[in-house]
Amino acid sequence: MSVSVTEPAATPTEESRTPLVKLTGVKKYFPITRGIIFQKKIGNVHAVDGVDLEIYPGETVGLVGETGCGKSTLARVIMRLFDATDGEIIFDGQDITKLKGRELRAIRRNMQMIFQDPFASLNPRRTVGSIISEPFRLHGTIPRGGIKAEVQQLMELVGLNPEHYNRYPHEFSGGQRQRIGVARSLALRPRLIVCDEPVSALDVSIQAQILNLLEDLQAEFNLTYLFIAHDLSVVKHVSDRVAVMYLGKIAEMASGDTLYRNPKHPYTGALLSAVPIPDPYLAAHKKRIILEGDVPSPIDPPSGCRFHPRCPNAQFPTCKEDEPELLAAHTGQIVACHFPLPDRAVIDEAATEQAAAEAEQAATEQVATEQVATEQAPATEVAPGSDG
Amino acid sequence: MPEPLLQVNDLKVHFPTDDGLVKAVDGISFQVMPGETLGVVGESGSGKSVSFLTVMGLITSKQAIIEGEVIFKGQDLLQVPVDEMRNVRGDKISMIFQDPMTSLHPFYKVGAQIGEAIRAHQKVSKREALDQAVEMLQRVGIPKPEERANQYPHEFSGGMRQRAMIAMALSLNPDLLIADEPTTALDVTVQAQILDLIDRLREEFNASIVIITHDLGVVAEHCDHLQVMYAGKIAETGTSDDIYYRPHHPYAWGLLGSITRLDEEEKERLRPIKGLPPSLIFVPPGCSFNPRCPYAFDRCKVDVPELLPIDGQHAVACHLSLADKERIFAEEVAAR
Repeated sequence: MSVSVTEPAATPTEESRTPLVKLTGVKKYFPITRGIIFQKKIGNVHAVDGVDLEIYPGETVGLVGETGCGKSTLARVIMRLFDATDGEIIFDGQDITKLKGRELRAIRRNMQMIFQDPFASLNPRRTVGSIISEPFRLHGTIPRGGIKAEVQQLMELVGLNPEHYNRYPHEFSGGQRQRIGVARSLALRPRLIVCDEPVSALDVSIQAQILNLLEDLQAEFNLTYLFIAHDLSVVKHVSDRVAVMYLGKIAEMASGDTLYRNPKHPYTGALLSAVPIPDPYLAAHKKRIILEGDVPSPIDPPSGCRFHPRCPNAQFPTCKEDEPELLAAHTGQIVACHFPLPDRAVIDEAATEQAAAEAEQAATEQVATEQVATEQAPATEVAPGSDG
Repeated sequence: MPEPLLQVNDLKVHFPTDDGLVKAVDGISFQVMPGETLGVVGESGSGKSVSFLTVMGLITSKQAIIEGEVIFKGQDLLQVPVDEMRNVRGDKISMIFQDPMTSLHPFYKVGAQIGEAIRAHQKVSKREALDQAVEMLQRVGIPKPEERANQYPHEFSGGMRQRAMIAMALSLNPDLLIADEPTTALDVTVQAQILDLIDRLREEFNASIVIITHDLGVVAEHCDHLQVMYAGKIAETGTSDDIYYRPHHPYAWGLLGSITRLDEEEKERLRPIKGLPPSLIFVPPGCSFNPRCPYAFDRCKVDVPELLPIDGQHAVACHLSLADKERIFAEEVAAR
């Protein structure tokens, strides 16, 4: 099961390069035990169940999926915070799956993580300066110019006031704390940064600031991101390629744009159609695929295609018995589905409607301005098209 | 013109603290018409939750200074004594909260909790209340409601818990349902289910609905009316179309420029609002948005702008002239 996930369109220069991270058949099961003294294993939570993924230097790979699909677990397996149950993790040409002690620490310098909750991921009893300089202490390195100067430089880089070096996390707002987290992850100049829901706890205006900051830093330091979020529009915005996960497996992977225009997996289609669109006209006219029910338990995942109990297109008995493999579709993505969606199943209608909406809106505005211009009177019924 | 169901006049909610007076809500007026859905949008600390907790009579802090009028069906709820307010709450107005896990009691079965709400307002036996609870669970789309009513909240998934909360809130057929960030803790697929459910129930129960949210996407789809709040005040209000297609307040422009959109053609850089929301103790003089506003001029730092109507129900609190706003919006905001 080694399907190439290189997307030539998205990463033209990366083709010849070797991936920075390469996962082959990575699995992570958590045992469920019963009994206190004589523990007996009675089952497994199949959090990540066979994932192949390649991340190329300098790109951003997005990972989306619902709660419990294994996206955070996968990130932690890559970071070696969890040991993989099976499979192989290659970082920069080196197999790191079984590394221990000093060797692991040496590798960890090159991969850092930004966490979701900026309130829980910073030690409240330590000053910002001490939090950001912790990586230097852990790895026993002293940057040129001394630790304090370097930390203040980092703070400035992420948009914090360097004079706040001696303040505590509680003196900062959520967005500023997330900046502290970003500065900490940058301290050792890593090559890979895993962002686990970095903006989902923040207000929209702050969210945008952090997303722009991450983008700038990527350009400046040639960083590689694995960006995890449940918000498809955020992931699409930041990522070169997006992987959609469902119950521990990758269902579909493509460039964000391909995924949006031409989702092939019915699950991707459903996710896309569920994302709220901040435009009343489009929202009222978009095609909806509403999924019934909740994600099944990963303790005993469904047979065959894991999505079949919720899939609107499932055909029996194929979907129930055969597990679909990740195969390349003609539109450029790879997808694991026996009966992929037809081309432009979700978006095409919306696109034509958008054109219609824009035309209508332009017409309304023109009428409105003409009315105002000719009458020069207080507008009484200026917006007749507003209920259209 | 029909009577509004809820009419709030110049509501102020201030909390004295050791550090100074927190002006959580600072003079807001709005109305909710029967059968309509009002969306209240704002960032954390904009006063959107506090204003509706006040409507519910749930601000219990003795120090809180509450001024203004909350007229619901001709009665000023701020004057109603605490005991009588209990009859209004749940029966006439009910509320669902963001986090369904913390709003259900973990030790009681779900059916019993819904039944308790019914029994607090109607003289029915426990058995009848439970039957009604089961019926409500069925109406909000919970499969096998008899079994589910007999389970504890931890046996429910997040979406199911929110459905149970909605069932509880609607069990007494209220006239007004206030949903405070009803889907923030849920996945998008479940969010779509819950919002559709709220829409359907609005018609079925003929209730008015207030959706409080920070997500501009959620309200685009499901609200007739929108109200954008900033630092305890209403910055702009109007129909959904007014706010999305013809916004007049620079804060509304900022919000629209900050969101990532699935339908963006090419990757465009987001345009965040610079700076941070103000502390509610030291609200900037003049327009509270002026330190973050790229178009602020001298007057903005001195005069507090009033919420003035533009046309119909569209009103905005901003000193920029109408011509300037239209020009800036056309040139810099809509041209993206």
